Amino acid sequence: MSGVPVDPVYGDGPLPGEFPYTRGIYPEMYRSRLWTMRMFAGFGTAVDTNGRFKEILRHGGTGLSTAFDMPTLMGRDSDDEVWSAGEVGRAGVAIDTLADMEDLFADIDLGSVSTSMTINGPAIVALAQYIAVADKTGVDRATLSGTIQNDILKEYQAQKEYIFPPRPSMRIVTDMMRFTTAGMPRWHPVSISGYHIREAGATAAQELGFTLANGFAYVEAAQAAGLDVDDFAGRLSFFFNSHSDFFEEIGKYRAARRIWATWMRQRYGAASERSLMCRFHTQTAGVSLTAQQPEINIARVALQALAGALGGTQSLHTDAYDEALALPTEKAARIALRTQQIVAHETGVANVADPLGGSAYVEWMTDEMERRATEIFDHLLELGGGSILEGVYEGIDNGYFVGQIADSAYRFEREVNDGTRIIVGVNAFTEGDDADQDGANLLRIEQDTEDFQLKRLAAVKQARDDGAVNRSLELVRNEAEDPGANLVPPIIEAVNAYATEGEICDALASVFGRYVEQAIV
Amino acid sequence: MTDMADGPQAAVAGRTAPIRVVLAKLGLDGHDRGLKVVARMLRDAGMEVIYLGLRQTTDTVIAAVEQEDADVIGLSMHNAGHLALAPRIVQAVSDAGLDVPVVIGGIVPEADVSALKEMGISAVLHPGASAVAVGEAVREAVRGSLGDRPVHD
Repeated sequence: MSGVPVDPVYGDGPLPGEFPYTRGIYPEMYRSRLWTMRMFAGFGTAVDTNGRFKEILRHGGTGLSTAFDMPTLMGRDSDDEVWSAGEVGRAGVAIDTLADMEDLFADIDLGSVSTSMTINGPAIVALAQYIAVADKTGVDRATLSGTIQNDILKEYQAQKEYIFPPRPSMRIVTDMMRFTTAGMPRWHPVSISGYHIREAGATAAQELGFTLANGFAYVEAAQAAGLDVDDFAGRLSFFFNSHSDFFEEIGKYRAARRIWATWMRQRYGAASERSLMCRFHTQTAGVSLTAQQPEINIARVALQALAGALGGTQSLHTDAYDEALALPTEKAARIALRTQQIVAHETGVANVADPLGGSAYVEWMTDEMERRATEIFDHLLELGGGSILEGVYEGIDNGYFVGQIADSAYRFEREVNDGTRIIVGVNAFTEGDDADQDGANLLRIEQDTEDFQLKRLAAVKQARDDGAVNRSLELVRNEAEDPGANLVPPIIEAVNAYATEGEICDALASVFGRYVEQAIV
Repeated sequence: MTDMADGPQAAVAGRTAPIRVVLAKLGLDGHDRGLKVVARMLRDAGMEVIYLGLRQTTDTVIAAVEQEDADVIGLSMHNAGHLALAPRIVQAVSDAGLDVPVVIGGIVPEADVSALKEMGISAVLHPGASAVAVGEAVREAVRGSLGDRPVHD
């Protein structure tokens, strides 16, 4: 405010932009490029979401972020009476066939936008549909830019949106990595996500340890599939949570960069600088939002956003204050965006890279987070007989991850219950809760969306060539049985025949089986 | 932590056996953090928990209630589907000829609570509910379903 000139960075090396990147991946961090304010959104039909996408593009945005509904995320068609009724279009957009993906991106040049798709179990179908839209509209696959979450390992550990068992699912992920590495150099094939692990109850150290271990597992799987680490590692990215313990979060981000760079160089033989850099997106902690006195969540989100910025995130989503009650309203989503704009443009934190570097406490916390994550890696290496990938499989099979996460979640609840942990508005300072009793200001999705989508799907099924659909699904089954085949090309063929996502997932499940979680408390 | 270890109260007056609770999530919703915490809270309170976990249907829940001779059903909902799912489970309980109360917990707007109760849901628990409140809601639901039998407490 007073105009005192400041340098881009203070303190001793290794400086930001220097190995092991503890202080940040770029020398001048936000001075050279501010973090991307990427807000996740989407609900209703593909046509509704397309309208929203075009609006974003008209206002100068270049990044589109797609939220899918639960049936789509679980590989179920909208007309699946057992699993989909009541959930179509509720938590995101419903995509059954290529026709929906064509509607979603109608009149949008896929060669000039960057698209993020948050989908995991059936990610290969969504990617195939996206590629098919590009092919149909004459866009070169090599120009496609974007990210598909495709982090299947954390699904068994935390988010639970899996379809097939872990090993065949990893084959699908490595097929996608091989395919995009060869022909889609601007595509990010996996976004390794700690966010959901944390939301499910993990501590900051567990989020860090489990997430980086999953990252190492993808690297080991891709290397085993014959890929050179420097050909794909530069396209891996991460997604972390920002919870309420301010300095712990900052230490976590700094430790993540240091561990990733060190392991990638020393254990996996990466040489390219890009392979060593832990690039990450951050979202504030949805689970920390309270239904009680919801407006005070604005303050929580602001502090969590600040931790993300001080931790050196590359992009940030700030949660809306009403998300403990329902999907966010437009006003609440706007306040969330304004909150990170205040952090970016008013506080001055973007002027200096790693402004907390050198603080005795922050450096200690960074070391402590690294030490705790290393204990987790050691445990997984032991479980896997020297392989992180095998250790992660074993940890999924024997309930290690879900057990650790459930223990932490319960410990947290007990601390809230016995008052050793204060949550403002919940177990202290509870006066003034005038929560919206009539619900008039909550977003509600009506049944119309589901009715529309059911008609849409029926029309697509009516118009397609069933013989071609069946032949393409047979090819998918055959290629699934051949571990040397890549599943992306036959699935592109199936989506081009307008096979549904559910049909393609059923074909894969007929070979791979479906994963059923052991119900462990 | 004494508030969670209130074993003797786990039984409702008028009966001696501990309360048996079936816990489940219906449909595709995968948010199981809350349900797992509730399972441990109820166990600490001396109840017997039959944890079905994720991806259950009304049929699998009813089958578990029958096989396990459960006293109460606890469902967790985070997908805004509570108004659609509640009547289905209440109907399924009644179709099976059971007299078992249903308690719902999760992301449920306060404004929907009275509608859910009219549909036959015994209690609704919101995020932040204490272990005591959760245990009490379950006991109260079971007490209510015991109907005319004498209840002393």
